[in-house]
Amino acid sequence: MTEVLERPAPAGGHGHEEHGPTGILKWLTTTDHKVIGLSYTVTAVVMMVIGGAFAEIIRGQLSSPNGTLVSLAQYNELFTMHGSVMIYLFAGPFAFGALANIIVPIQIGAPDMAFPRLNALSYWLYLTGSITMLSGFFVAGGAANFGWVAYAPLSSSVATPGSGADLWIGGLLLTGFSAIFTGVNLCATVFYLRAPGMTMFRMPIFTWNLLVTAILILLAFPVLTAGLIMLYADRHFGTHIFSVAGGGVPVLWQNIFWFWGHPEVYILALPFFGMVTEIIAVFSKKPVFGYKGMIFATLTIGALSLGVWAHHMFTTGTVLLPFFSIMSLLIAVPTGIKMFNWIGTMWRGQIWFSTAMLMAIGFLITFLVGGLTGIYLASPPLDFFTHDTYFVVAHFHSVVMALVLGAMGGLYYWGPKITGYLLNERIGKIQFWFLFIGTQVFTLPMYLLGLRGMPRRMAIYPQHPSWQYLNDWATVGALMIGVSTILFVVNIVYSWKRYPAGDNPWDGHTLEWFTSSPPPHHNFYRLPPIRSERPTWDYNHPEHRALEHGHHEPAVDGSVK
Amino acid sequence: MEPSALPPQGGPERPRRRGRLRTLLILPVAALALAGCTVPRFGASPGATTSSKSVFHLWQGFSIGAAIIGTLVVVLIAWSVLFHRRRGEAIPRQTQYHIPLELTYTIIPVLIVLGLFAATLVVENKEVANPKTDVVIDVNAFQWGWKFSYPGHDVVVVGQTTQDPTMVMPVDQNVRINLTSSDVVHGFYVHAFNFSRYALPGVLNQFTLRATSTGLFNGQCTQLCGLYHSLMFFRVRVVSAGQYQAWLSAQANSAAAQAAQSATNQQISSIVPTKPTKG
Amino acid sequence: MRTEARVLLGLGTFFAIMDAVYWFWSKEDAGGVMIIAGTLLCFLPGLYYFWWSRRMRPRPEDDPHAEPAQGAGVVGTFPGTSIWPFTLGMASFVMVLALVFGVWLVVPGVALMFWAVVGATGESRRGGQH
Repeated sequence: MTEVLERPAPAGGHGHEEHGPTGILKWLTTTDHKVIGLSYTVTAVVMMVIGGAFAEIIRGQLSSPNGTLVSLAQYNELFTMHGSVMIYLFAGPFAFGALANIIVPIQIGAPDMAFPRLNALSYWLYLTGSITMLSGFFVAGGAANFGWVAYAPLSSSVATPGSGADLWIGGLLLTGFSAIFTGVNLCATVFYLRAPGMTMFRMPIFTWNLLVTAILILLAFPVLTAGLIMLYADRHFGTHIFSVAGGGVPVLWQNIFWFWGHPEVYILALPFFGMVTEIIAVFSKKPVFGYKGMIFATLTIGALSLGVWAHHMFTTGTVLLPFFSIMSLLIAVPTGIKMFNWIGTMWRGQIWFSTAMLMAIGFLITFLVGGLTGIYLASPPLDFFTHDTYFVVAHFHSVVMALVLGAMGGLYYWGPKITGYLLNERIGKIQFWFLFIGTQVFTLPMYLLGLRGMPRRMAIYPQHPSWQYLNDWATVGALMIGVSTILFVVNIVYSWKRYPAGDNPWDGHTLEWFTSSPPPHHNFYRLPPIRSERPTWDYNHPEHRALEHGHHEPAVDGSVK
Repeated sequence: MEPSALPPQGGPERPRRRGRLRTLLILPVAALALAGCTVPRFGASPGATTSSKSVFHLWQGFSIGAAIIGTLVVVLIAWSVLFHRRRGEAIPRQTQYHIPLELTYTIIPVLIVLGLFAATLVVENKEVANPKTDVVIDVNAFQWGWKFSYPGHDVVVVGQTTQDPTMVMPVDQNVRINLTSSDVVHGFYVHAFNFSRYALPGVLNQFTLRATSTGLFNGQCTQLCGLYHSLMFFRVRVVSAGQYQAWLSAQANSAAAQAAQSATNQQISSIVPTKPTKG
Repeated sequence: MRTEARVLLGLGTFFAIMDAVYWFWSKEDAGGVMIIAGTLLCFLPGLYYFWWSRRMRPRPEDDPHAEPAQGAGVVGTFPGTSIWPFTLGMASFVMVLALVFGVWLVVPGVALMFWAVVGATGESRRGGQH
């Protein structure tokens, strides 16, 4: 039963690193998913720091009603690039390119991604796309300044001339193709490279979420890419797809953009949901509660996500309000199921409050706030009331800051697997408290600001000096988040090769904890028999398997010693 | 103002059945409205129009639901964090499924969502209803200002960035706003009305405001529209019907002065011509 | 293979129903067309997997009782290292810069891309690293 059989590395690999190139050429030519994933991780974290720096400047500007830190024009560039960097260059690539790239193949017992060279291409497109977008700051006229949503006709060549906007479009084309290739790669990997016995309903939740994410990428990103090509054609080839002057329809851009944009929200969120699920289960020493319900919820979110785009467009007066309202409200149901499943997983567990687990609990609370306020926005009358105010800004910052907490949890949880070394727990916990409290101090005043009528994307608010008090609190919160990011970097430097992790530091459940840290070139020298979604746990604790479907009485043999 | 339970795109109205349905749906909202003074405001305010009040009550309803669910979830999380901490190396019971429990927390949210949707429909249909119009005001947004024209009265108010043009409207009358944009997307937002709507180029957006109290209210562009977006203010002055008529005739008399201003505006808005396609 | 097909076909069917409701209710074209595209994108691979699931024996990864040994052997051909993804990425980079800095960049961009595609294809035909 617990016998482990050798599984030879796949032939044709010739992939013994010793014979390959070394140094910079090794990095340029690698097709190893772990190296590519690590490159993704480092690049995405750098992007997070850059986007965070923009955020700090924005908050500095808003800390007084007549802020003079930046000009109106610079402010528009800053929040455009803050949103663009965070969404396109940090959250997305981190979600489906970084940890996913490293962990998904290992979790299903695969030697690599299905298309290793395509995987490498994805990374190079992501890197060059990021450079392209950010280089807008160095051209005449500055970076793109029409908001990260680039609403037509503000993004037309009439309203926004200048090559910063073109660099923004070009950067998005590159990162868009990068995402599509990653989506193809993840789907093929999950469908074709699973280990024997790893049926679809034994895949870890993280992998399941990444599969749905990959399907959503394939559904959504081509639409964005097509829209960007139309936008570029309007700007330079004299077409009039989005301009009224030539008979075009500006609202079409919003339809196209949000048809990508709302699935994108779940493309960002689902991988982090997956990370949090894994973390909570492992650190509660329990299986994921309602494993199949969790998968069903993920698939439901994926299915509904294609029918909710126009809840971003309620106030255009051009969309079918009841349809988008009920579809958007329904998304609350599978999300709620997930929330209760997470709680069910912790319930009567033996919770180990490592940094990763703290981050996951911080995620739960922050995401709860973001999720509940999202329900308001699915109701058109309440959206008319709060649309484009700081209430919306606060809502999605609650959500994305929850994702950042999840991302940090993922880094603390899987970092030891990737590098072989643990991070310092004491610094990690201080970082957690700065991040968690900072997030609430940052977002909660913004909800109130929105309810008091402060619109988003304002550089100054001279008519409303009473808004300053709440804005100052938000700025304090943003600074605390900044401190937490610095602590994270400090922790990496401090813990560098200091605390060897061993193969299975957390008593993990899934296959990545069965192999060494870091894993060998093709990930496994041996595999355990896979009889549930927790093969490593079953191998290490054969007497503590998950209770059968529907059984909630104690096991006959008594699982508690 | 007769609210209709039908969505605007719906078929022919059947008054009796719809009426009963409406009564049924409106009950919880009405109950909230009666209790309006005791229910917390949850940060919002009733505002100064008829629909802003129903939005406010809807807001209260949603907030009560959110508060209950939020508290429940936080208590559950706090409970397991406090009482299910690791004590020793024992391995807890490996419970994975509890089908009745899982079904419960699937079905109850579905019911809650349907309830929220029903309440939403009631308020939404009131807000997008098309009642008899007493006064029409054409609102045109441009980079970076507003133009308020009063068709049939030869009155135009126009102002850019810091000039704060003021839209004057009568109280207790149905004011039909015809909202357009000359160039990019703008947002017509009056905080005291709990309402916003995009001003889209090429689209005529219509809605009705019925103010319930007089006063001066701040309005602002909410959709990013370029460099001076932060300064694209306007004001709404709600006055009595008599004052409104007096203001109209006073404005018409000084039409010459207005003509000069609207010429400036023409110059600005001619960059991107408007072509309303929907009405 | 069967579960894979069911996931995709299930999503596709849901999108088809949703699209029918949306299209006939809203009479809006752009969204209707985009959801149809999503439907087809689910049905295309879904039907392929369904077709195969009827015609092949369950793979070890579809068998809940499979032993690790059943997966031993050649999984696929994986080039150990390759310079071509990087070259292709740089070629795409140059092509995108042509959108901004001038059409002349298309010439080196296309040349580099052609070279990279030929190189990558040749590498595949050789089956992995040199």
